[in-house]
Amino acid sequence: MAVVTLPSPARARPMSRVTLILRYLRRNMSLGIGLAMLLGLVLFTTFGLLFIDPQDAYPLSAPTRRPPSLEFPFGTDFFGRNLLAAMVVGMWQTALIGVLAGAIGTFLGVVLGFISAYFGGWIDGGIKGVCQILTPIPVLLIQVVIAGSLDKRAVTIYTMAFIVVLLAWMGPTLVIRSQVLSMKERQFVSVAKLSGMGDLGIIFKEILPNLLPFIAAAFVGQVFAAVFASFYLAVLGLGPLREPLLGNIIWSAQSQGAFFNGWWWWPLAPAFAMVLILGSLALINMGLDELANPRVRRSE
Amino acid sequence: MRLIFILKRLGFLLLVIWSASTIVFFIPRMSPRNPIRERFAELTRMGGFSAENLEVIIASYSARFGIDKPLHEQYFDYMSNVVRLDLGVSLNRFPKTTWDLIMEALPWTIGLLLSTTILAFIIGNLLGAVAAWPKAPGWLRSVATPFVLLMGVPPVLMGVLLLFFVAFRLGWLPLGGSYSIGTVPSMSLPFVLDAARHQILPALALILGSVGAWVLSMRGMGVTIQGEDYVTFAEHKGLGGFAIFRDYYLRNALLPQVTGLILALGTMITSGLVVEQLFALPGVGTVLTNAIRSNDFIVIYGIVLFITITVAVLMVLVELIYPLLDPRIRLE
Repeated sequence: MAVVTLPSPARARPMSRVTLILRYLRRNMSLGIGLAMLLGLVLFTTFGLLFIDPQDAYPLSAPTRRPPSLEFPFGTDFFGRNLLAAMVVGMWQTALIGVLAGAIGTFLGVVLGFISAYFGGWIDGGIKGVCQILTPIPVLLIQVVIAGSLDKRAVTIYTMAFIVVLLAWMGPTLVIRSQVLSMKERQFVSVAKLSGMGDLGIIFKEILPNLLPFIAAAFVGQVFAAVFASFYLAVLGLGPLREPLLGNIIWSAQSQGAFFNGWWWWPLAPAFAMVLILGSLALINMGLDELANPRVRRSE
Repeated sequence: MRLIFILKRLGFLLLVIWSASTIVFFIPRMSPRNPIRERFAELTRMGGFSAENLEVIIASYSARFGIDKPLHEQYFDYMSNVVRLDLGVSLNRFPKTTWDLIMEALPWTIGLLLSTTILAFIIGNLLGAVAAWPKAPGWLRSVATPFVLLMGVPPVLMGVLLLFFVAFRLGWLPLGGSYSIGTVPSMSLPFVLDAARHQILPALALILGSVGAWVLSMRGMGVTIQGEDYVTFAEHKGLGGFAIFRDYYLRNALLPQVTGLILALGTMITSGLVVEQLFALPGVGTVLTNAIRSNDFIVIYGIVLFITITVAVLMVLVELIYPLLDPRIRLE
């Protein structure tokens, strides 16, 4: 990442890494704002987990249906959850599902994409074919079938992550595949081949480092998709019902007719929390796209 | 040539439908849950009949649904049902079939989704094109920005926020349902107006939640087109600004957007389902959530299959009308 500045030779001081990163973030606004929002959310949950008893996020731990007050800043719900504690724990669980499913999905995608593009032939045809056939199928609906087939008591945060990841590797596979395809025709790969480097050496020493920006972008995209999918499943009533997952809270507020009964604060807190989470991830995603794909850089 | 292309796409369509129905067949059968037993155990708890009768009933229902047959026979029966569009009988609302339930709800869903998708597509593309067009007045170009900022907000969350601000705080629009409680559905004007009032917020949630993506991609497209020689040429020919905007600019930028529409179909339909249940509209989404709530597995799987097939068919249809939009493309 070269920053084009023309310092006067007399006072040329090497800039520190931090300044360089900060300068880049000022240019790449969406990445900067997204990361700042995400940092805020991470601070909220970590400090929250330090100062709040996670048990308050579960039913019957607080008086029911209290509007926001000094004691309960976000109010309490019909089942007696302290919604502030529920937000802290719910965001932590959402992050857990997102990062877990995102990491596994990206890993699978990278491995499959590499195998597909590097070895080609019928392996490539098979992997690409499966991806193409599965892509038009609305993923959420298949997830509904999987989640619906599970015993409701057995559904946990980890099952949610697992359900989400089952159908989330196709996107990264296709992205990484196309990148590897174009990269393996580059000269530095031919040079490495001619100098007698093995397949694994080329993959790990030559191609993988060049793919890192794409892998990072795919990872953030996968985290976004996983958070989104688990949220939709929970809003449909398929989440682990006891957990204070953000989608679950909206689902139960809606099924108890929160707005009809005047308990407006109940669905509002999780909705705003989710807006912040998805918004920050979307901004980071856009920023990383710009970083990974310099051609769209500064297109405005 | 054209025929071969159409046949290829239809073959692909069949492949998609086949794999979707196979997934929907095998996943529930890998699970230890027994829907019929669960359903009737629930009824017994509520005091329907004695425990001895329960086993008899379960056995007869298992035979009826063919669950006691070997797997490959079940698969074959299931597939022939799918071919005949027989999606099974509801466990919860017994004499009704899944197909009946879907057909009752479908007009509401189609009305909402079709209008919002078309509106969001048109508004988003116009705003995006204007935002990238250097000759547009400044205020018009900045109209698009708030929509882009809303892009990270999915329609359901938009729905919750709209419910709070517009319906709850301001009291301008109803909180949910498809018509006011106490009115009788009829084709009279007051009823139609009342029903329309109930559709405004869900429609707004869907439109606001999806416009941003169209704005963003159209703006990117517009920026690349500006540099093209044919736009410069049209300017030098002395064509008016609006003619260039419409014929040279919009028309060329629109095509990739139609591809985007194909890719977005699945997401839009699933968002629509979730929004419907948030607003308690009587569409397919509400049927689905009710089925989830009452463990009505046959209906859940039926709806999932129905929507998957619909999305796949729509995708191929849009792809087939593609050449009508762009004379440069021939089906190959």
